[in-house]
Amino acid sequence: MDPMDAIRTTFFIECDELLAQLEEGLMAMEQGSADSETINSVFRAVHSVKGGGGAFGLDPLVRFSHVFETLLDQIRSSQVEATESVVATLLRAADMLADHVSAARDGGGVDEARSEQIAAAIMSHTLGGSSAAAYQPQPDEIEGLDFKPQMISLDLPSAEPAADFDISALLAGAAAAPADPVANDGEGGWIVNFAPHASLYAKANDSALVLRELSGLGEAVISVNDEALPTLDEMDPAGAYLGWTVRLPASVAEEDIRDAFAFVDDDCDLEIVREGGGSADLDISALLAGAVEPRTSAEEPADLLSSLLQEVVQSPPAAAPAPPAPAPVAPATAQNKPFNLMDLAPHVDELTQSAPSAPVQAQAANAPAAPPPPQTIRVDLDRVDRLINLVGELVINQAMLAQRVMESGAGKATDVNLAITDLELLTRNIQDSVMAIRAQPVKSVFQRMPRLVREVGEATHKRVRLVTEGEGTEVDKTVVEKLSDPITHMIRNAIDHGLETPAEREAAGKPAEGTVRLTAAHRSGRIVIEVSDDGRGVDRVRVKAKAIEKGLISADAQMTDEEIDNLIFAPGFSTAATVSDISGRGVGMDVVKRSVQALGGRITIISTPGQGSRFSLSLPLTLAVLDGMVVTVGDQTLVAPLTTIIESLKPRAGDVRPLGPSNFVLKIRDAFVPLIDTGAALGFGKSKFDPTEGVALLVESDVAGQVALMVDHIQGQRQVVIKSLETNYKPTDGVAAATILGDGRVALILDIDGLVTAHRKAPPRADTLAMTG
Amino acid sequence: MNLTILAVDDSRTIREMLGHTLRQAGYQVITAEDGVHGLEVLQTERPDVIVTDINMPRLDGFGFIEAVRAEGASRTSPILAPTTESEPEKKARARAAGATGWIVKPFDPVKLIEAIRRVAA
Amino acid sequence: MTELSLDGRDGSELISFRIGEQEFCVDIMAVREIRGWTPATPVPHSPRFVRGVINLRGAVLPVIDLADRLGLGTAVETARHVIIVVQIGSRIVGLLVDAVCDILSTADHVVQKTPDLAGDQMQNFVKGLIALEGRMISLIDLSLVLDTHQAEAA
Repeated sequence: MDPMDAIRTTFFIECDELLAQLEEGLMAMEQGSADSETINSVFRAVHSVKGGGGAFGLDPLVRFSHVFETLLDQIRSSQVEATESVVATLLRAADMLADHVSAARDGGGVDEARSEQIAAAIMSHTLGGSSAAAYQPQPDEIEGLDFKPQMISLDLPSAEPAADFDISALLAGAAAAPADPVANDGEGGWIVNFAPHASLYAKANDSALVLRELSGLGEAVISVNDEALPTLDEMDPAGAYLGWTVRLPASVAEEDIRDAFAFVDDDCDLEIVREGGGSADLDISALLAGAVEPRTSAEEPADLLSSLLQEVVQSPPAAAPAPPAPAPVAPATAQNKPFNLMDLAPHVDELTQSAPSAPVQAQAANAPAAPPPPQTIRVDLDRVDRLINLVGELVINQAMLAQRVMESGAGKATDVNLAITDLELLTRNIQDSVMAIRAQPVKSVFQRMPRLVREVGEATHKRVRLVTEGEGTEVDKTVVEKLSDPITHMIRNAIDHGLETPAEREAAGKPAEGTVRLTAAHRSGRIVIEVSDDGRGVDRVRVKAKAIEKGLISADAQMTDEEIDNLIFAPGFSTAATVSDISGRGVGMDVVKRSVQALGGRITIISTPGQGSRFSLSLPLTLAVLDGMVVTVGDQTLVAPLTTIIESLKPRAGDVRPLGPSNFVLKIRDAFVPLIDTGAALGFGKSKFDPTEGVALLVESDVAGQVALMVDHIQGQRQVVIKSLETNYKPTDGVAAATILGDGRVALILDIDGLVTAHRKAPPRADTLAMTG
Repeated sequence: MNLTILAVDDSRTIREMLGHTLRQAGYQVITAEDGVHGLEVLQTERPDVIVTDINMPRLDGFGFIEAVRAEGASRTSPILAPTTESEPEKKARARAAGATGWIVKPFDPVKLIEAIRRVAA
Repeated sequence: MTELSLDGRDGSELISFRIGEQEFCVDIMAVREIRGWTPATPVPHSPRFVRGVINLRGAVLPVIDLADRLGLGTAVETARHVIIVVQIGSRIVGLLVDAVCDILSTADHVVQKTPDLAGDQMQNFVKGLIALEGRMISLIDLSLVLDTHQAEAA
């Protein structure tokens, strides 16, 4: 993959994280619990989105981010106060920013009008209004600050122990300014006088590099002025004592010369004049042009430097640079031997390293204490999925091995069987650990909800507050993604139908703002998500009337309150077409329920009129494996999800009673539950149905409460890998999926609710039933 | 040119882009994700040039530059700071902290390399 | 009898197989593998021609009794029966046949249009006929095999 494509992908992944960070911070600001670090992180989130966006040339995104960022910058520097109305605008801006990011990623467009509107709202809060926030792309060159020609200063900043320039010497020299014998390019050539301050070196700028830059502009003649150079014992290694004069041809542009000093012009004395005093401002510039007496070209600056350095080398290294005086050094005579600068390098290292390296931790300790982040690595999802598939195969293979060993007749206590048992345990541990890799907190889904609540609230003119709990609850990745749609619809439903308008609420003595609670928790091996509101509850009269109107129930049907409430899930209750429409708006809860059931989940509602409703959604923790009870029905092996099974029992003759023309019930303690011949319900019709010869599984179903399923016998309990039946075939009533048993054969996994529903539609024929007693 | 550049930026995207651009130019690149991390890296590494962002969590660019300039082997290493701000105060602040030079954001690879060349041999 | 080209791709290869007395073939590009019969797990509420599902290295796929599908009568399961694993669209499916015969190339053989025989169910699945050494081989259109609109539920 082109590296830029990979980085672009990284950018959009990062944008998701940044947008989440932004949302979180803004929520804290909204609740008044934001500190300066939070505000900073909000600013940085938008700043980073803008930065990355700029790198990829995503102009609309960058423009909007810039406006947003400007206001945030003013808030974090306390120039603008984050009032309620400001924060409300920021929240809308965050939503818009998310739209811009999506558009940039997917190539679509954004609602331009809305974007402009929100940008205008932002600018209305910004100091300096639109001019401050207007985005101007930076000029396409390395900027330097404005060049101010300066005289060579007479007083250097007192902090630096650099030498003083003697003005009288300057002026004396000025009078006698000789024309430099070294030729320059005729009239109008440039004379650049450059004297660095110590601060220039402190910032790790290097005069040599600057001079090199100048040399690159044209034929340069460089001479050094070492007049200010003190003796070694007075010298501060961090000081600046040298100056240079550079002559450049007239053909060089003044701008280019100034540009070469872009990084350093604040830290030096700099003057650029034309030969013959052609510089703009100062009369005295002509004076100064010659004030620094250049050495004749005969003595190369390099020689001077090398002699200087040689002295340094021959003397003991100077003490630590920070405050102290240089160590006394015997003045050495200059020896003009050519010297290799590079030989100095190790000594320079010595010099700098002799400075006590104070613990950098001290600096870090001053920063706000951050807990060490947990070690993480990034892994391609494909690799994880592959690993999980392979482990699934391992589980199947291990089961097959166990079966073969058993069939081979080896006794239970033999070494090989014990080893197989160990292997099973090990395999199960591996599977659990691997599944945990893919486990994710539901936070990623919950994070999208505040925005949804804002939008729906706005659209329905209701004031809503969202409270979330348990966002750290983890489920397998396969399930997390499926949660978004059902939760979205439950929340939409809660706000749209559940909550009253502020006026209605106040009239009812409730706070004008409604509350929607979104929680997640683990319960009995499943994940339970609840959406509750403090609204008006289910309007039972209307719901019942609508159900009658649609022919779902008869006009005189006797129903409990709970049954009426759950009518909203009844198939056909809403007018939405198919399950695939679920992402659309205004989809009915019955469609949601079907899609939830397809995942092996359940959804119910509990409502109290006037007080509110609670949706409860439960899903398996993973869609990849299942704890199952393996049973025999006829000559088939089936698997029933263990979580649905309440108990198993062997019916006695007297416990089985007929009900109506073709149904049976089973007496369990003091209750009667419907009895279903599983084989018949699935179409494996047995010739004879004798409940006393089988085992009854008491299961919990959503459609009919508790039901007893008759099977021939129970083989055992196993964790099975779920294989889809639909991939290569099609969905089947009563069957949730398939798995592969130890003998390599496929066994079907039962869908309890589907089974019960199918049974209701086509009860077994009476002549296939035999009863005793 | 086998210089080593330390790129400090809290944005993963920017770190990757800098790394890509600089490696293409023949430099070695090491990265850090904020000022604190950058200081940690500098305890064991001696890059020839440091490029650091300003807005970062834990320790921002100003703090980082000041810390580097205070002491340590990289005290005299050139430091470049990117700037998107058109405000001279931010630039001045960076320089006061001890930045050697600056680069204009959004990054232009050519300008970036040129700036590095300017401050390093 | 008119000639018929196979989607303009002359020179594609076909694999031929036998069901009872009749011989058929399919485009070899659709064939994934060939294996012996393994018992299939029946699936409730499925058409009669779907024998059930089998495990193919961890994937669950349906086995279709081609004889039944083509209306030739239910094949009796014996060990010599063969399952041709084919890909139809995005699905992997097994076709239960008697035996595999040959590999043919359409470059060598002309595909003729199926004669119109009213009421013959097989015509719905057969794209054309190939004459070879006195044999008649019917070319099956796999995309129609899974289509259950015409099939009745058991």
